[in-house]
Amino acid sequence: MRKNLNVIAAYSIMMGLIILVGIFQSWNVALSIFNLCLISAVMTMGANIQWGYAGLINFGIMGYTALGGLAAVLISVDPVQEAWRAGGFDILMCLWLIIVMVLAIRFILKHFEKSKLRTYGIAAIIVSGIIIIRVTAEPGIEAIEGVNPAKTGFLGGFGLPIIFSWIVGAFFAGGLAFIVGKVALGLRADYLAIATLLISEIVIAIIKHEDWLTRGVKNVIGLKRPAPYEVDLQTTEWFINLVERFNSGKLALISNLADRQTILNQMVIEGSSIFVKLCYSGLFLIIVIILLILTQKALYSPWGRMMRAIRDNEEAANAMGKNVVKQHLLIFILGSAIVGIAGAMLVTQDGLFTPGSYRPMRYTFLIWVMVIVGGSGNNFGAILGGFVVWFLWIEAAPIALFLINFFTAGIPETNALKAHLIESVPYFRFLMMGLGLLLIMRFRPKGILPEKIEIK
Amino acid sequence: MDFLNAIILLLNYIFVPALAYGSQLALGAIFVTLIYGILRFANFATGDMMSFGTMVTILFTWYFQSIGITLGVLPTALIAIPFAILFMIIYMLFIDKFVFKYYRVNKSPPVQLAMVSIGVMFVTQAVVRIIIGPSDRRFFDGEKFIIKAREFKEMTGLNEGLALKSTQVITIFVTIVLVSLLFWFLNKTKTGKSMKAYSDNEDLALLSGIDPKKIVMITWIIAGILATIGGALYGLDKSFKPFTYFNNMLPIFAAAIVGGIGNPFGAFLGGYVIAFSEILLTYAYKKFFMYILPESMAPESLVQLLSTDYKFAVSFSILVIVLLYRPSGIFKGKVL
Repeated sequence: MRKNLNVIAAYSIMMGLIILVGIFQSWNVALSIFNLCLISAVMTMGANIQWGYAGLINFGIMGYTALGGLAAVLISVDPVQEAWRAGGFDILMCLWLIIVMVLAIRFILKHFEKSKLRTYGIAAIIVSGIIIIRVTAEPGIEAIEGVNPAKTGFLGGFGLPIIFSWIVGAFFAGGLAFIVGKVALGLRADYLAIATLLISEIVIAIIKHEDWLTRGVKNVIGLKRPAPYEVDLQTTEWFINLVERFNSGKLALISNLADRQTILNQMVIEGSSIFVKLCYSGLFLIIVIILLILTQKALYSPWGRMMRAIRDNEEAANAMGKNVVKQHLLIFILGSAIVGIAGAMLVTQDGLFTPGSYRPMRYTFLIWVMVIVGGSGNNFGAILGGFVVWFLWIEAAPIALFLINFFTAGIPETNALKAHLIESVPYFRFLMMGLGLLLIMRFRPKGILPEKIEIK
Repeated sequence: MDFLNAIILLLNYIFVPALAYGSQLALGAIFVTLIYGILRFANFATGDMMSFGTMVTILFTWYFQSIGITLGVLPTALIAIPFAILFMIIYMLFIDKFVFKYYRVNKSPPVQLAMVSIGVMFVTQAVVRIIIGPSDRRFFDGEKFIIKAREFKEMTGLNEGLALKSTQVITIFVTIVLVSLLFWFLNKTKTGKSMKAYSDNEDLALLSGIDPKKIVMITWIIAGILATIGGALYGLDKSFKPFTYFNNMLPIFAAAIVGGIGNPFGAFLGGYVIAFSEILLTYAYKKFFMYILPESMAPESLVQLLSTDYKFAVSFSILVIVLLYRPSGIFKGKVL
């Protein structure tokens, strides 16, 4: 108990801050911050597994998040029958061609000695394969995108409940991580960072521009929800009764019956959105807790010890007979899969998929700030980092506005400098993140909750 | 005649724009490579440092315009650039003193310095957006074209016009002058040679009496010059938007690595490799083939290898291929 005191204290302060937001701003805002904190926590756990356990830099978090989001679309949207009839055959043809291409390359790699000829042969297969695929796909893609482009214009998905996408998202992201890991894991640390950053940009470019699969920048809206809809709740008997019971004290003070009814209606509308958010919080909390238990168990298992050994001294671990390359690949896949789950959760919560909104600032670098600030190598630290940084990211604008008003209190409202500062309040969040990261790295390089290794 | 038309077409849509874009990337890539070679970390704040330099240039340009100083046919920004460079150097040295120096003195691993540069990236981005805002700004004034497409057509009687923007010519000219000066400095002067020595082997350089403080300071000064000029030229040619500058960091990194990191000449050529491959692979060759092939064989589709949406993806794919098959880059940099 004693030694965990700082963890408990840090988390209590964090929850206190969110509750304060609930009291002073609104419970709606507080809960949406809390939900996104939970999603960020899942992302940081993924990044922490890679960086904290194994020392691998992955700047491609954005790509895995987007793939998770794509999974949510492909799982939950109903299939567009017309589009399948129009171009489904061509697309399936292409898929088959890709499989043939991959198998051919594998066959050549296995059965021929390494030589110049083999390299050129593989290059020729890839180039001709891409050309053939383009020629086959073109009419299909055009036909699919022509089907009711304002509403669909893509193949749709499987029409399953969106919850399944959390698992599928993990598999998508893990699959990409397998390819990226095979290609890039041999590189030195900062080059791995650049390579993963660039690969994630390629993933986003594909998601943005392959309209037949993702609708691209036209966005997919109105995804199914795992939680009830506000509109339905507002007309449900038991929910209205619940709100009435919850606020009976306040309602009793109002004697006028008509007034009472309007206030109750308002409360029901507000309560419905809070209730929906609470449903999401519950779901997310379950995921966070499951992942936390799993990662904690892994960290203190023999496998976790081996990972730390590899991180701290690769050569020594190698000499002890540990397969460094294989373990790096494994942990790269695991971490990315967790990020994929978070991506699917994010799209589930928003109910829409907007490929244009995936930007490295928000989905890669911010997550890294979370991991570093929270404490790499410590799961509780990483989760706390997700909470603290997301909280500041959202509340930075109000805090900055307060500070500007405080320091320029004597200056009249019409002053150009003051007006300009107030106008640029949203950008103070970047300043806050940057300064926070620099200060933490300088004065507490192990993060708020540093990694501690218990040797039993 | 058709053959000439085809050549002019390629010159107008591929060669000239790629040369200008490549020059802008090359300046950034030399910046990255110098920082990597001498300070030994990947600087993720590259794009934002360039946008900071451009912002200062814009502010000075506005100031000069407001007091009525212009260069006539040339853009006013050209007088603003030297002042901006001065400001930028102060900013760079300030960052180095308060941020990077601590880690350098403590001999932190390069990864940590790269993380710190992300902090600098956030702060610089915030400062730029707070001062000038996130919107698109054009600060070009003066004569826009040296040769207009229509005039060229009238002059030569060809079907295709060759438009030559003055910003393109300025970009290429300034790049050539700056890069020649830089290579002269690195290869011929004593300070330049000691910088190279420091980059090759730090301990040996220190033993032979090279002052590391001076080397680091000069590196940041050169970096400041390159960042400001590279950013300002890009801004003059296209437009200034903080987010685009942040994104430009990626092809710049690609150029530096393709050319062989730590090797300034490689970075210089790498910029053109990236620019040309981006434009060559995403250009629609339909018109070109219409000129050189007989009418019966004229293609129906656009003859475009990749849609322009994948412009960035091209440079990144090149980078991945280079990293896989020749990790030291095409022109032999440090082995990664």
